[in-house]
Amino acid sequence: MQRIGVFVCHCGSNIAATVDVKKVVEMALLEPGVVHAEDYQYMCSEAGQAKILEAVKEKGLTGIVVCSCSPRMHEATFRKAAERAGVNPYMVEIANIREHCSWIHKDMEEATKKAVILARAAIAKVNLNAPLQPGESRVTKRALVIGGGIAGIQTAIDIADAGYEVDIVEKTPSIGGRMSQLDKTFPTLDCSACILTPKMVEASAHEKINIYTYSEVEKVTGFVGDFTVDIRKKARSVDMNKCTGCGVCQEKCPSKKAPSEFNRGLNTRSAIYTPFAQAIPNVPVIDRDACIKFKTGKCGLCEKVCQAGAIDYAQQDEIITEKYGAIVVATGFDTIKLDKYDEYAYSQSKDVITSLELERIMNAAGPTKGHLERLSDGKAPKEMVFIQCVGSRCADNRGKSYCSKICCMYTAKHAMLIRDKYPDVNVTVFYIDVRTPGKNFDEFYRRAVEEYGVNYIKGQVGKVAPLPNGKLLVQGADLIDNKQILKEADMVVLATAIEPDPSVRKIATMLTASIDTNNFLTEAHPKLRPVESPTAGVFLSGVCQGPKDIPETVAQAGAAAVKAIGLLAKDKLMTNPCTAKADELMCNGCSTCANVCPYGAITYEVKQVNDHGIREDRRIAVVNNALCQGCGACTVVCPSGAMDLQGFSNRQILAEVDAICR
Amino acid sequence: MNTAKKQAELIKEISGVNPLKCMKCGKCSASCPSYNEMDIKPHQFVSYVVNEDVESLVNSKSLWKCLSCFACVERCPRDVKPGKLIDAARQVVVRQKGQDYLSPNEIPELLDPDLPQQLLVSAFRRYRR
Amino acid sequence: MSIEKEFRPKIVAFCCNWCSYAGADLAGSSRLAYPADVKIIRVPCSCRVNPMFILRAFQKGADGVIMCGCHPGDCHYSTGNYYARRRMTLLFSMLDYIGVENGRTRVEWVSAAEGVKFSTTMNEFVEKIHSLGENVRLEDLRCKN
Repeated sequence: MQRIGVFVCHCGSNIAATVDVKKVVEMALLEPGVVHAEDYQYMCSEAGQAKILEAVKEKGLTGIVVCSCSPRMHEATFRKAAERAGVNPYMVEIANIREHCSWIHKDMEEATKKAVILARAAIAKVNLNAPLQPGESRVTKRALVIGGGIAGIQTAIDIADAGYEVDIVEKTPSIGGRMSQLDKTFPTLDCSACILTPKMVEASAHEKINIYTYSEVEKVTGFVGDFTVDIRKKARSVDMNKCTGCGVCQEKCPSKKAPSEFNRGLNTRSAIYTPFAQAIPNVPVIDRDACIKFKTGKCGLCEKVCQAGAIDYAQQDEIITEKYGAIVVATGFDTIKLDKYDEYAYSQSKDVITSLELERIMNAAGPTKGHLERLSDGKAPKEMVFIQCVGSRCADNRGKSYCSKICCMYTAKHAMLIRDKYPDVNVTVFYIDVRTPGKNFDEFYRRAVEEYGVNYIKGQVGKVAPLPNGKLLVQGADLIDNKQILKEADMVVLATAIEPDPSVRKIATMLTASIDTNNFLTEAHPKLRPVESPTAGVFLSGVCQGPKDIPETVAQAGAAAVKAIGLLAKDKLMTNPCTAKADELMCNGCSTCANVCPYGAITYEVKQVNDHGIREDRRIAVVNNALCQGCGACTVVCPSGAMDLQGFSNRQILAEVDAICR
Repeated sequence: MNTAKKQAELIKEISGVNPLKCMKCGKCSASCPSYNEMDIKPHQFVSYVVNEDVESLVNSKSLWKCLSCFACVERCPRDVKPGKLIDAARQVVVRQKGQDYLSPNEIPELLDPDLPQQLLVSAFRRYRR
Repeated sequence: MSIEKEFRPKIVAFCCNWCSYAGADLAGSSRLAYPADVKIIRVPCSCRVNPMFILRAFQKGADGVIMCGCHPGDCHYSTGNYYARRRMTLLFSMLDYIGVENGRTRVEWVSAAEGVKFSTTMNEFVEKIHSLGENVRLEDLRCKN
């Protein structure tokens, strides 16, 4: 029999004003097992906790019931107090008589009655509680960063600077991500490559950072502090140790017709390629789908010209298995496909482009060497139209419901750069709202209008139609002047919505990290834990969590790094002891429980059991306490009733039901 | 409920459209082929319904200038479908005139060059006996 | 129980720790009232609710049982509420078959942010139980006071 102490909190007047606490004390004393009951002003205060310690000492309590606020508030406080008093912390139960009682009821008699019943249920449960010991699990002092864009690079540098090993896994042949494709960055207009490449070099030169490019995460098992990850290093067909990055192979490669991913398909590249000149590592890969040697068996020119003998056609994909304590997701974004927006004629005309394509056109290393020209005929445009919110803020199923956040600013940037470099080009921006929250952002947009003479028109464009003369007819409405506008433009730029990189779905599934309806990863708390995933040990960096510009991405990358460092700095983690446990004598090894376990925590072992004197080998379920999160799914499916959840056992919950229905 | 509110509700009910979803982007007006003929432009139509100014709507030229081409319905990014609202407003007018039902014999005399044929077809579909 | 006495139903609510229990806390801190007849039992996840618990509640004289969990797709344990949903669909149809009306059992998804939903759900549910009256179908007479 337990010796239970009941402590009823007044919470000032929060509880005591509607619940007769004396009556609760009185009624609690009538319950089986209760040897002590008292009330106090603030149980959570130092003095209140001292009362628990005192009572434990005097009455030799083995179980504690605190009738107070929600266990989500102070369960941890009272468990710690119990521990100090020498009582197992899991012998504490909270009866929530504030949020679930005093705060929602006005009638004193009714509220008191309910409080008594809630206390009774908690007492009934404690009577069946058993002391539980939290387990310990070790922390591998190594972090994995998935994605090598600016978010991943920054997170990796920050973690590595704190002294921990970091691996970056990047699926393309080079780190750098979307930022490496940009020409200039708002609102300061500094060149993107000039600020990004030093970071890329810093990451690659860092002794604690190891970069796997052209690699993908294949499998993740384990849990916080102890993840095991399989990384597939795709066959590069070039030996990274031998290659000197001279670039002769790329020059000589006769197959030059593959669309360049880096230039968004606006021009072509060779079959053996590095995505861009500043690529890190500066080691090319062979695109086996485009390579003549791989397609026909003849060619091998790159092998012949390579002085270092680095070309290796026989190279195979390699699987690396590594252990990590923390995983940071930094998978970034892509622009949405525009096939559902045929009214903007993106597929019909080469002169209708996305903003990211314009970045490449404006870039000195891009397909037009930085000259602004129409892709259809190479002529310089005179009339340019920008259309905002293409695919963003859509309630229909064609686009995305959210605001992509960065488009207003980069459109202002493009408009300004074009007006600056080509003053004879007229620039018109069709907008719905101009959203410029951010430091010096609105000033930037105003400069585009006031100093650079960019023509902003409020009203979405209805249709873009290619004309026989090669121009584009833009049909829009000016909602301020209440006029419909027909404009002949030479080029149309679409501020295309961004979406999480499609690879994130697979990665989220592997990590059991939740994603929202737009495929953005969900944070553990939208305000208070914005860089953590609800899955312990998984952190979020950059646009994979929601649309962001570069400064915000870098800030979040640093925050995710700090959270990861906080985890890696620990030697051991305490695990939740409220885990499932199978009764060896009742289990018949049917495997039903393992099928519903979301964590793969249940395995089967053949064990010798002594069933009432009969010794025999039986296949029985074994729960890995480090993996089990204590959801209890297995307990309900178990046909023989062998599986039970510690801390929330069948008997405990039934006792609560009985106490409430009594 | 006053009459204006009732009529606005009726328009919403007939069209099945929630005008509050409108984000005032103006894509409907940008798409409209009869824009220049209209006194109340398609994007304004939506806010007139929100503000329950049905009186102005039923007396507007726009009501009978809309071609029911449904370009606005197709392109509206918010699923507000101004074309459907206009269609519904027409039906409110038809109902006000006491033409709660139609018989096929009545159609020839209703034919009016200003009246879009879609209206007759849809009205007939809904209000035949 | 005398007939004149006002009918005060006994209602058991199973709430998952991560969403619905927090939703109930929010209802409390927002002072959104619902009848005191509802008593909440905290479970780690809606999938922890064994049909046995619900049968026991009816056996012991409960007039209604409601189970609240995270919205589909939001389960803290990824899939728990899907199992719960299927399980309860079966259980409730069986209970209906033996005479415990469908109105006495309910599954509702309440997130941690939906204090209002929690309170309106409970108000609705209690009202429904009032309209159905006392549950006598499964009650074990030996459990009567």
